[in-house]
Order: sequence, then C-alpha cells, then structure tokens
Amino acid sequence: MNIAVCVKQIPDPANPYSLDEETHLLVRPEDQVLDDTDRYGVEMGLQMADADEDSTVTLISMGPSGSMQGIRQALAMGATNALVITDPALTGSGALATARVLAAAIKRNPFDMVICGTESTDGYSGVVPQQLAELLEVPALTYARKVEVAGGTVRIEQQTVAGYNEVEAPMPVVLTVTAGVVEPRYPTFKGIMAAKSKPVEELTIADLGIDEATVGTTGSGQETTSVEAAPERTGGTKIEDEGEAHIAILEKLQELKVV
Amino acid sequence: MEIWVFAEEVAGAPAPLALELLTKARSVGQVAALYLGTSDEGVAELGRHGAGTVFKMSPPPDALPAAAVAAAIAQLCEADAPDLILFGLAYTDRDVAGRLSARLGRPVVSNAVDFRLEGETVVVVNEIFGGSHLMETAIRAEGPALVIVRPKSFNAEPGGEQTPTPTDVELPDVGHAGAATITAVNVEESEGPKLTEADIVVSGGRGLGDASKFEMLEQLAGQLGAALGATRAVVDSGWVPYSMQVGQTGKTVKPSVYIACGISGAMQHLVGMKDSATIIAVNKDPDAPIFSVADLGIVGDVHQVIPKLIEALSAA
Repeated sequence: MNIAVCVKQIPDPANPYSLDEETHLLVRPEDQVLDDTDRYGVEMGLQMADADEDSTVTLISMGPSGSMQGIRQALAMGATNALVITDPALTGSGALATARVLAAAIKRNPFDMVICGTESTDGYSGVVPQQLAELLEVPALTYARKVEVAGGTVRIEQQTVAGYNEVEAPMPVVLTVTAGVVEPRYPTFKGIMAAKSKPVEELTIADLGIDEATVGTTGSGQETTSVEAAPERTGGTKIEDEGEAHIAILEKLQELKVV
Repeated sequence: MEIWVFAEEVAGAPAPLALELLTKARSVGQVAALYLGTSDEGVAELGRHGAGTVFKMSPPPDALPAAAVAAAIAQLCEADAPDLILFGLAYTDRDVAGRLSARLGRPVVSNAVDFRLEGETVVVVNEIFGGSHLMETAIRAEGPALVIVRPKSFNAEPGGEQTPTPTDVELPDVGHAGAATITAVNVEESEGPKLTEADIVVSGGRGLGDASKFEMLEQLAGQLGAALGATRAVVDSGWVPYSMQVGQTGKTVKPSVYIACGISGAMQHLVGMKDSATIIAVNKDPDAPIFSVADLGIVGDVHQVIPKLIEALSAA
C-alpha cells in the first residue's frame, strides 16, 4: 500500500508565537518541530504499513524547510521518505493554496491513502484535508477515532456531535485522524540514526508545475489587513489556599445563585 | 448583499449554530439557507430566523454527503452566486466548506468570530493567540466569500419572519469522491447536561495528575448539575474522550460559571472558554495563565481544595 501522510513543521508551541509586523505572518524559526497532532497520522500510517508488506509511508510537507528537524522526527518514527515543497513564492499561502501544492505533490506517485491530522496547531483552519480530497477526487473519511483497512476498503469510526458513525469507502481515500486514535510511538535510537539517511526530496512549485499566481499571498485571495490586541479580560481575586479556600468558591457560587 | 447560510439538520431541526448565523446574516443582507435535511418544520424554523429562500438538499441517509452537497452548492453558485456563504465550525460544515472552496477555487476563512462588509469586500475577524489578539482578513471579491464561524459568536434570535417554500436541489453524481457510505449511526448518551449548553462547566487539566482523579470532578459536576470538560492535553493522554475537549480544537463553551481544575490555561484552551460569564480556577502554579482570566483564582492543590468543596456542598 502507498500511504502519504501530510505533516507540518511548526514553531514549537512551548514558546510564545509572534507575527511579523509588516506581513502579519507567523514568525517561523529555523528549528521547527513536528506538529504534535501529526504524530497520530504518522503512527496510523506506520501501523497500516506494518500490517501490509511492501507498503511505503511517504511524508508530504509544505513550508520553509529550515533545519528539517520536524521532518526528521517523523522519519525517526519510521516513515520511508519525505517530499518537502519549499518555495519563496509560497509565503502567505492560505488553506486552498496549501491543498493545491500538497495535491500536486501527492499525485506524483500512485497513492492508496492520504492521512492528515484534523487541523494544524499553528494555523488551525481545519479544511485542508477536505480541499485535498476534492482536488484528488477521492472520498474524505474525516474525524476518524478508529480505522480499519480490509480488502481495499477503509472503515472508520467517525466522530459526530451525538457519538460516532461507522463510515466506509473504497480506496483511494483521504483520511483525517483525531488525537488519541492511536498511541504515537517514540523514536528509538536506531530510528533516529536511520532517519539521517532517509531520502528527503525538496521540491519547488515549478517542479510541480504550479502557477505562482495560484499560491502565496497574492494567489490565496485573502489578505490580513490588521492585527490588534483584543480587549483584555482581567483577572479578579486571587487567593492562596491555606486550607480554607474552598469556602471562597462556595461563597462565589452562592453569590452567583447557582447553589 | 446576498448571503447563504449552510444549515445541517440535527435531530430533526436546524443546528443551533445555523440559527446563530442566520440571525447575524439577516442584519447584513438578503438571506437564503442551504438546508441539509428533510423536515418541513426545519424549513419553517429557518424562515422564522430570516431565511427568505431555502434550498433543500436531502441526500440518501446512508451517504456521507459532503462531496455531493458541495457539488450541488457549486452548481447553484454557477446559476446565481451570492456574495457570501456562511458555515459553522462543525463537522459536516467543515467538510462541505472545504470541498466547495476547492471546487470554486475560492478561499475559505475559518474560525471567524465576526464579519462585516466594507464596500464589496467581506472582512472577517479571527481571534488569534488564544484570543489575546484580533486579526482581520479581507477576502477579495470575485465570486462568493466562504467563511466558517465559531459557535456562539452570535446569539440566535427569531426575527425577519419569512415563510419560505423550499426548493429541492438535486445532488449530482460525483463518482468516486462520493463513494463513502455510513453503515451505522451510534449515539453515545452522556449523563447530565450537554457540554456546549450547560450553565455550569467543571473542567479538568493535567494538574489532576492522572485519569482516576476525574471521578472527583464527576462528583462535583453531579452536585452542581454541571457538564464535564477537559483540556486537550488530558484528551490526548486518553484520560477522557475527545467529546469532552474544550478549546481551539474542541468545543467552545460560554457557561455562567466555568470551574477550571488543574488547568494551566494554554492559549489552545483559553480560546474555548474565556467568554464564560464567571471563571473560577484552582491551580498550584501562581503564575499559571488561567489566573489572568479567572474572576476567582485559588492558588492551591486541586486534590485538597476540590474534595473540601465537595464536602462543603453536600453539607450545604
């Protein structure tokens, strides 16, 4: 089975994010990490590959490649290889432009399944997988919390408001997985060493035959016009617990007439 | 200004989120609803919230509908495109909006909390960095602007009384893209009030230490008639199901009282609960960001404070 897993390198969420004052774009350091939500997609791809000999798990990623730290993390988990699309013309690309680029990269090789997280941690538009499915003309099995593959059919438990639906589709498909669908493995020392020599192919949009006019800030049809501090909610009373703080909570609840 | 609002039928009626969007939309322009449902009462309800026109799409119940629905909306746009199409930040809405965006070659701006018109341009407002900043995005006006709005951004109120006659829209065959089928529908009943509708929410974070400590919060929630929520960290750790997640990638709640237990207040979480009327937080770390939004902050150990509160509540 040929499995493509879309992954994103993002600034480490442990550090505060900031925007460039002129472009209003997220400032991205040289060292970016693998988006935590993508670890679930990588793990899912690896488990499917484990269950089916001769499978490949190809990482597909768009954005400034930087030190490739995030990509190496996913390779260290066990992915076969990576395609990274990096091009100055892509700066400022919105969700649709991103989906166009990912679709073009995925289409270079035959694929049975494309796995994505439900949304990235830094941009969280949450629509790229669906756009990708439309561009690839395949079903989108979204918000999966459990996945099974048998005889060319993918069956999932799809998260719904009321519970879950059992949904199935013949491959090829785009699959989006929620956090917790599988337990991502930690890279082993052997995995980390092996990742250093795994093939990482860097592509430009010209390599993919993509017109510059359809990507980047201009090609995205949307433009950030202002960023301002929101009216701040301020904290109220702060009490150090010395054994009696629960009374303050009780009094507050009584004052609000909820008890 | 012509605005279409996507409305999915949930349990026989339009999703509450769609009514919120209709309420806002009718103050800005002419409104039509794209109703993914079958109920006549649902159509009437859309009319009571200002939809003058209702396009009704009724896919077979076992079809995963997004691909065909997006294709149908694209066909409607070919005939007479609106200026703006609004979706809610909900599962089906996202699936349809994403596909429609790709089909029309138009951008979709997600996570909006407000929007307005500036001349012909739709300007969308987003909260970023956990709601500390507001970002405005202009969508260039060539074809419909697509916007996905967060729940509870607007209050739903009946008004602009209309009595629309629904137009049945045929769903086109989209081939392999539409080949996903629903083989079973499972409802997971949770006890107590729904998280997004509850008047009081009790929420737990990693500060609880381990999954078993959620029993303590369950007890507290039971006493208060509250719904239980959780942070992403706790959901990712598998302590509680995703349906309990409050935050950017989970649910948005706006209860009268939000009680945050062992929650540090990561941006991802704050954005989902900071509009609660009153926030009470218990956390060991005096510098935890949660205290910057808490009306009452207790610097202390949840394992000390909460059991005592439970005891005091049962005595009260």
